[in-house]
Amino acid sequence: MIKTDKKTLFSAQERIIHSLRGMYGMHGYLPFKMSKFEKYDFYMKNRDFLLGENIISFTDADGSLLALKPDVTLSIIKNAKDSAGVKEKLYYSENVYRTSASSHKFKEIMQMGLECIGDIDSVDVCETLSLAADSLELIDENFVLDISHMGFVASLLDAAGLSGEERTKLIFLISGKNLHEASALLEKCGTSSDITEKILALTSLRVPLSEAPKALSPLVVGKAAEQALDEIAELVSNISSFGRADKMFFDASLMNDMNYYNGVVFRGFIAGISEGVLSGGRYDALMQRMGKSSGAVGFAIYLDLLEGYSDGAGDYDVDVLLLYDEKCDTGAVLSRVNELVGEGLSVSAQKAVPEGIRFRRTERIGG
Amino acid sequence: MKMLNIALPKGRLGEKVYAMFEKCGYECPEIKENGRKLIFENEEVGVRYFWVKPSDVSIYVERGAADIGVAGKDILLEYAPDVYEFLDMNIGKCRMAVAGKKGFFDDRRKTLKVATKFVEIAKAHYASKCREIDIIKLNGSIEIAPILGLSDVIVDIVETGTTLKENDLEVVETIVPISARLIANKSSYKFKTEEITRLSAALSEIIPD
Repeated sequence: MIKTDKKTLFSAQERIIHSLRGMYGMHGYLPFKMSKFEKYDFYMKNRDFLLGENIISFTDADGSLLALKPDVTLSIIKNAKDSAGVKEKLYYSENVYRTSASSHKFKEIMQMGLECIGDIDSVDVCETLSLAADSLELIDENFVLDISHMGFVASLLDAAGLSGEERTKLIFLISGKNLHEASALLEKCGTSSDITEKILALTSLRVPLSEAPKALSPLVVGKAAEQALDEIAELVSNISSFGRADKMFFDASLMNDMNYYNGVVFRGFIAGISEGVLSGGRYDALMQRMGKSSGAVGFAIYLDLLEGYSDGAGDYDVDVLLLYDEKCDTGAVLSRVNELVGEGLSVSAQKAVPEGIRFRRTERIGG
Repeated sequence: MKMLNIALPKGRLGEKVYAMFEKCGYECPEIKENGRKLIFENEEVGVRYFWVKPSDVSIYVERGAADIGVAGKDILLEYAPDVYEFLDMNIGKCRMAVAGKKGFFDDRRKTLKVATKFVEIAKAHYASKCREIDIIKLNGSIEIAPILGLSDVIVDIVETGTTLKENDLEVVETIVPISARLIANKSSYKFKTEEITRLSAALSEIIPD
């Protein structure tokens, strides 16, 4: 049996996808496969969720307008069953088509993610978080999973009495941990000093998840925040069942779109990668907007960010360059190739040293 | 201790910024030697400085080549990088302003022609006033545009107003005050929280009024 699980044969990305699929499958998540196209209308209706993404559209043979999928979550929601007691656990790895923020051109991006949809409860939220942490650990041990809850900021913003435009501005400042401008804005809006202090404290808060309930309790204002605190406290009490609690932090400046996300939100970081590679949360609000009454929690991993990521496996293209000449016996060359492959080494049999291939060592056969 | 990579804006502002870092104990004497070197390291205090074009600081930080950096608010408003903004350093102070020829009158029946380097800032400013504009993107010598009739007004940084005066221009309105800000890469902050927090706290103690 030939060993083909060698590190050099696969890119870090391919190996990660392979292992993640295995992990999700073991937890009872089923693969969700979708077609490349959806009706253009479908994405237009939910354009905000796609963060103003441009969509590649084209006309089908029958004249209807189709789009290359920019997202998978929306399609999963569309197909979700919506009845009490039912929940679906799905994962996907699909190419999506989006515009790159830096080049403003379309890019094909490999996206992987999982969604738990339907009559979900705290077990599902905890399991999703723990799978998020496990997924990150599988990519690299040096990771961090930041967790927050939309309820805290939402209720403080309500208490501050901010209007649409100022609210948007403040959300931007909170997510940039920009205390100096946030305090100036709140002063300008005439927000009470008590609420201002709480908003600023929340903006700068970053503690290990286990310390979050204690740190958050003085910052709770309103029912939504009380409920959020209960949820976080429940997460913490279950934290021992998560393998990697030491890598989990509570950071209230972490926010996803409030029109879609309403509960726990989280983002994963890998040391050396400048952006969050994993993003997710509870999105019952999005479900409601799409006419579903049940809840959902899930996350996506942006595999394109791992492109430049190296785990040292890609230093060589092939282990052995096997050089032979015309005089060599064909059988001898083939049997040497099989011998090396049998030893677990990758081999490239060539008559001359090829350009642009990096190999660990060279071996000559015959002459 | 983890090394902090720090992007400093080349030029006068960068020197002032370095002086503040030095005062907080993050010195790197080598940096003061005149030469062509661009990267300076002091392992003892855990810093690696490098000089980059001021308008590029936010790119280095957003992409994680630098953990932290100091950039003008003008650049942060124009490019809106996804970074943390920890401090207003209160140096490099100036303002983003609209300027026109002396006695300029905004005739709202016409589309306003605006010349600027800061396209996004100009667009956002006029959009908030529902004013229709025609943006003319220039890369330098902006002041000349209204004089030659290329534009009605300019949107640019005004420090003392001397250049405007010498060209018979004046400030029509101030859009936003500008100063240097301490920014940090969001991912770096997760892994170097202690180092970045300590440096930011030390700097906040010596910010000039």
